[in-house]
Amino acid sequence: MRRTLAIAALLFAATVHAETPRDFLTRFEKEAGSTASAERGARFFTTKQGGEWSCSSCHTERPMQAGRHAKTDKPINPLAPAANAERFTDAAKVDKWFRRNCNDTLNRTCSAQEKADVMAWLLAQK
Amino acid sequence: MKKLIVLPLLLAVLVLPAHADNYSVPKNPAFEAECTSCHMAYPPQMLHADSWRALMNGLSKHFGSDASLDEKRRAAITDFLVANAGGRKTGTTRDAGSQPLLRITETARFEKKHREISAATFKRASIKSPANCTACHAQAATGNYSEHSVRIPK
Ligand code: HEC
Ligand code: HEC
Ligand code: HEC
Repeated sequence: MRRTLAIAALLFAATVHAETPRDFLTRFEKEAGSTASAERGARFFTTKQGGEWSCSSCHTERPMQAGRHAKTDKPINPLAPAANAERFTDAAKVDKWFRRNCNDTLNRTCSAQEKADVMAWLLAQK
Repeated sequence: MKKLIVLPLLLAVLVLPAHADNYSVPKNPAFEAECTSCHMAYPPQMLHADSWRALMNGLSKHFGSDASLDEKRRAAITDFLVANAGGRKTGTTRDAGSQPLLRITETARFEKKHREISAATFKRASIKSPANCTACHAQAATGNYSEHSVRIPK
């Protein structure tokens, strides 16, 4: 009985914290149906696309560093997983912020390809 | 015996003034998780319930930002804000046309307390916006806006 409980607890812990940053790259590549390009990700992240902001307006062009919210000035912890172990570990959080931030910078959702490219670039930061 | 009465009185006197202008935010994990990622926690006490309801009904267009939430969280945070909303001291938080104001910084009470600060001061690079309370009120996160802890940065 105790064994089953322990296994159940382990499985539960595993499902709650299933995601690693790599898992997101795999997921977005699969959704896009093609491989990611870190170079395209860098360009996408740092270029304004008609709106007032690019991703780097708040996360800086060097996501190993902390950023600041372009409007409120509040500090934002680094986005690159190598600099911040909390990043890309929770699917609900990742999906929520892609939805909001893409909307704010592009006035639309980001495509799976764009998200895969950004992931590849962020994962390449050391 | 007399000593026993004096002591609580003394304590009350010491505690009350500090309490009178304390805007500490009641603990609430959903509010903390969802309403403090882009800016500091604004005190629920600074707007009336109808202002909070209006603000929480427009999160996808929140002062030029998308702050949209799933419906369950949105409803839970609205309940928290409404339950802790301002009382009489807060003054009116409606505009001239009687619509609920969404900004603390547009309320009569805020304007009265900051009358001496010019628009140019609020626009300084070190401040950026009147909504950036922490730029001047270093202890704002703990609900302390008292004049003793104010410093306007250059
Ligand atoms: C106006 C400022 C702003 C802009 C522009 C912006 N972000 Fe963000 N981003 C934030 C804030 C604030 C957070 C949440 C606070 C935090 O997690 O530190 C965040 C969080 C995230 C997260 C959550 C990651 C995690 O697991 O914690 C991702 C992913 C993200 N942003 C990607 C982007 C991308 C991609 C763009 C460009 C399309 C972008 N952001 C543009 C402010 C911004
Ligand atoms: C995606 C980022 C983001 C999130 C999440 C967010 N806000 Fe905001 N909020 C902003 C921005 C940007 C402003 C405008 C700041 C300025 O004018 O300097 C703002 C302003 C405000 C103001 C008005 C401040 C004033 O001028 O008096 C209130 C009140 C407020 N937010 C409450 C909330 C509440 C409650 C939540 C949680 C449900 C929340 N915010 C979540 C970005 C966000
Ligand atoms: C440019 C700097 C600055 C900013 C930004 C600012 N304040 Fe103030 N605030 C002051 C000053 C200066 C006073 C006056 C202190 C005094 O002399 O009583 C004050 C007074 C107050 C008081 C009255 C305190 C008392 O003891 O009577 C409150 C409440 C307050 N501010 C709240 C806020 C809130 C909430 C925000 C953000 C939405 C904010 N302030 C933003 C500078 C600022």
